[in-house]
Amino acid sequence: MSEMTPIISFKNFSFQYNAQKRPTLKDINLDIYPGEKILICGASGSGKSTLGNCINGLIPFSYNGKIEGSLTVDGIETKNSSIFELSTRVGTVLQDPDGQFVGLTVGEDIAFALENDCIEQGRMIELTDHAAMQVGIEKHMKKAPYDLSGGQKQRVSMAGVLVDDVKILLFDEPLANLDPATGKGAIELIEKLKKETNTTVVIIEHRIEDALWENVDRILLMADGCIVADKKPQDMLRSPLLNEYGIREPLYLTALKYASADINKVEHIDNIRQLNLEKEEVNSVRDWYLSQQRQQTVNDNNYILETQDLSFAYDGKEYVLNDINVKIRKGEMLSIVGRNGAGKSTFCKLVCGFEKPQKGKVFFKGKDVTDTTIRHRAAHIGYVMQNPNQMISQIQIFDEVAMGIANIGLSKEEIQERVYETLKVCGLYEFRNWPISALSFGQKKRVTIASILVMGPEVIILDEPTAGQDLRHYTEIMEFLKDLNKQGITVIIVTHDMHLMLEYTSRAIVFSNGQMVDDKAGSAVLCDPELVEKAALKETSLFNLATMCGIDDPVSFVDCFIDCDRREREHE
Amino acid sequence: MNNRVLNYIPKDSFIHRLSGTTKLIIFLTFSVLCGLSFDTRVLIVLLLLSLLGFRLSKIKLSEIRLMSTFLVIFITFNFILLFLFNPDYGTEMYGTRTVLFHLVGRYYVTAEQMFYQFNVALKYVIGFPIAILFISTTNPSEFAASLSAIGVPYRVSYSVSLALRYIPDIQKDYHEIAQSQEARGVGLGKDVKLVERVKNAVKILLPLVLTSLQRIDTISNSMQLRSFGKNKKRTWYVKKKLTTADYSVIAFCAILFIVGMIVTNQGGSNIYNPFI
Repeated sequence: MSEMTPIISFKNFSFQYNAQKRPTLKDINLDIYPGEKILICGASGSGKSTLGNCINGLIPFSYNGKIEGSLTVDGIETKNSSIFELSTRVGTVLQDPDGQFVGLTVGEDIAFALENDCIEQGRMIELTDHAAMQVGIEKHMKKAPYDLSGGQKQRVSMAGVLVDDVKILLFDEPLANLDPATGKGAIELIEKLKKETNTTVVIIEHRIEDALWENVDRILLMADGCIVADKKPQDMLRSPLLNEYGIREPLYLTALKYASADINKVEHIDNIRQLNLEKEEVNSVRDWYLSQQRQQTVNDNNYILETQDLSFAYDGKEYVLNDINVKIRKGEMLSIVGRNGAGKSTFCKLVCGFEKPQKGKVFFKGKDVTDTTIRHRAAHIGYVMQNPNQMISQIQIFDEVAMGIANIGLSKEEIQERVYETLKVCGLYEFRNWPISALSFGQKKRVTIASILVMGPEVIILDEPTAGQDLRHYTEIMEFLKDLNKQGITVIIVTHDMHLMLEYTSRAIVFSNGQMVDDKAGSAVLCDPELVEKAALKETSLFNLATMCGIDDPVSFVDCFIDCDRREREHE
Repeated sequence: MNNRVLNYIPKDSFIHRLSGTTKLIIFLTFSVLCGLSFDTRVLIVLLLLSLLGFRLSKIKLSEIRLMSTFLVIFITFNFILLFLFNPDYGTEMYGTRTVLFHLVGRYYVTAEQMFYQFNVALKYVIGFPIAILFISTTNPSEFAASLSAIGVPYRVSYSVSLALRYIPDIQKDYHEIAQSQEARGVGLGKDVKLVERVKNAVKILLPLVLTSLQRIDTISNSMQLRSFGKNKKRTWYVKKKLTTADYSVIAFCAILFIVGMIVTNQGGSNIYNPFI
């Protein structure tokens, strides 16, 4: 390797955004060689996306700032180049598959770079068709973005950079916004493209268990603008660094650690599909499992929310939900999972009264509320949207939270009292006189939750509350929701995060194609391969581990792991 | 997303097969001629041609019912208001006064006024179908390419295409934001007073602007990373090559325009005056 010329080379490289007081990247030294596949991980704010933006030229040509040191990409010093020159070498697939879809149809979007390069039409169609074949989207060339799934849009983005015959493919959090099965497909496609086109691949992603579904050559760990570790995947996983820097390690690895198995002896520790356990490790896992005590949960029949044969079609013809029957107990914390477009969000909108069902009923505490207004229902069932920017309409935190109770006939003092109380619950009291723009994403999320809680709902529904959050913020938001739940509020979470489902919710309702296909504990869902397939979920590696160790009840094994994990973390 | 008022209606017809550029030229020729000319003879020829175009496009009246209803209401109102505001404009314009009958006060119905208003209505009747025809037979993908072909800088014409691309997304954002605000007492429904409703609609703007800004940031990065703005020109994936039919239609438009202008400006004024 050392004799090859690196295709990407950082030398004493620092970068500081004009708007920031301190550099975001500090003294980076990094060589990436042609044909390598690199995974860059790090918590939010570690500088990993900034590093990616330096490689593709968005820095310094779109985001201005001060560069020190040198960065060469394919032999070109980036700061003396241009974003256009770099873009013919580096193909970037951004995080949001929807937002980067520029064309009106798939074909136009793939051809976008060629159009800008003034390629003649005949040749352009040839190149576009070829790229579409590479990613397997050739049958949808005339479709518009809103007729495509998230995974299909991502494929279009990939084809859109492949037309340029780039040498480097850069993926910025390719797994965010995708359902688990689609995410797995994306990782497989990246591997296929790498093999076919012999490109260098850089993946920026903090969900490393999912990213490691296919092998990578090296993992870079970033923290606070520096590269703190640069290791082969096996070595990185065996070191304690991931945990130290707030990256979630693969679950099977954590399980092996709890079982006191010697992870240094396990071959292929970086890939669950190739994991090679010796008899000794298998025995440690089995012994650990047998030593765990299992808790039985007691269920009562005190339902707070029920739906009966709920059916809905946006246009009155094509049903996106069919005969949904769900019963939710008071004080439960449960998740709703399933593929994008399976009807999860639509179901929530019906429950909250945002849309009216064509058929069926919604009961709250046994009372039929199907025909009540949004406003009426909001007093009992709150809905928190995924993107806080879609909810925030005031400048000040106090005003934002007060909005929901401004017009219900309370005195000024009463409003203030209730807002303060809610802010205290949400840990925002000290910020009460701050403008919302000064808050972090996680804090904004809390403001939106507070603005719903202030109305005193007994049920709160959250759409993807942790999307795009690193482990620390994820834990912060989820622990907060758990506290609310302990105070008696029923919490329903729509999520793609299988770990969230396992770790925090006692039960998962599974949607597929507008139908509720199952309703059971998260551990049972993920140990049911048929259901996993049907609902576009992803098996948990704990299931694979249990099978590998010959444990006959994988569901109970997963439950034991989650219990043990919770105890361990409460210890910390 | 099925509630778009104006949309492309895909069909196989002579008009559909013409390139976007040609259709834009037809649209511009008709609009300019129709705007400049008060010559009834020219207007009637344009009307006949625009109806012929409609027939050729195979678009049915039922497919554009909403727009046609709007057109009828608009012309009716326009007709009444023109008369109310200035019942003697026709007289000033044509220089004669032929009173047909007396309504009330200063309102006399004159032949000149009626003729003038007939001409105005005629202009709308020509203009609207041509605009609808252009929109419903041109694939939106071709809009930008055709604008660019007649000399509009591609950065400008591409923004038309982008707007079309993002309208459904922004509509969806708006809808979702409105629902969530309504849950918090910011009503937009029919049970809320109009003034209150307007005030509340403004409250939705901030979240809508914020989400749209987020979108713009992503799009502009994505566009730059794929070389948008690199060259002075760009090519188009969807552009149709001009055929013989296109050239003939364009030539016809040119002749129509020249003849139309000559006829209109006969005698040094753009008015056809049957009263002298």
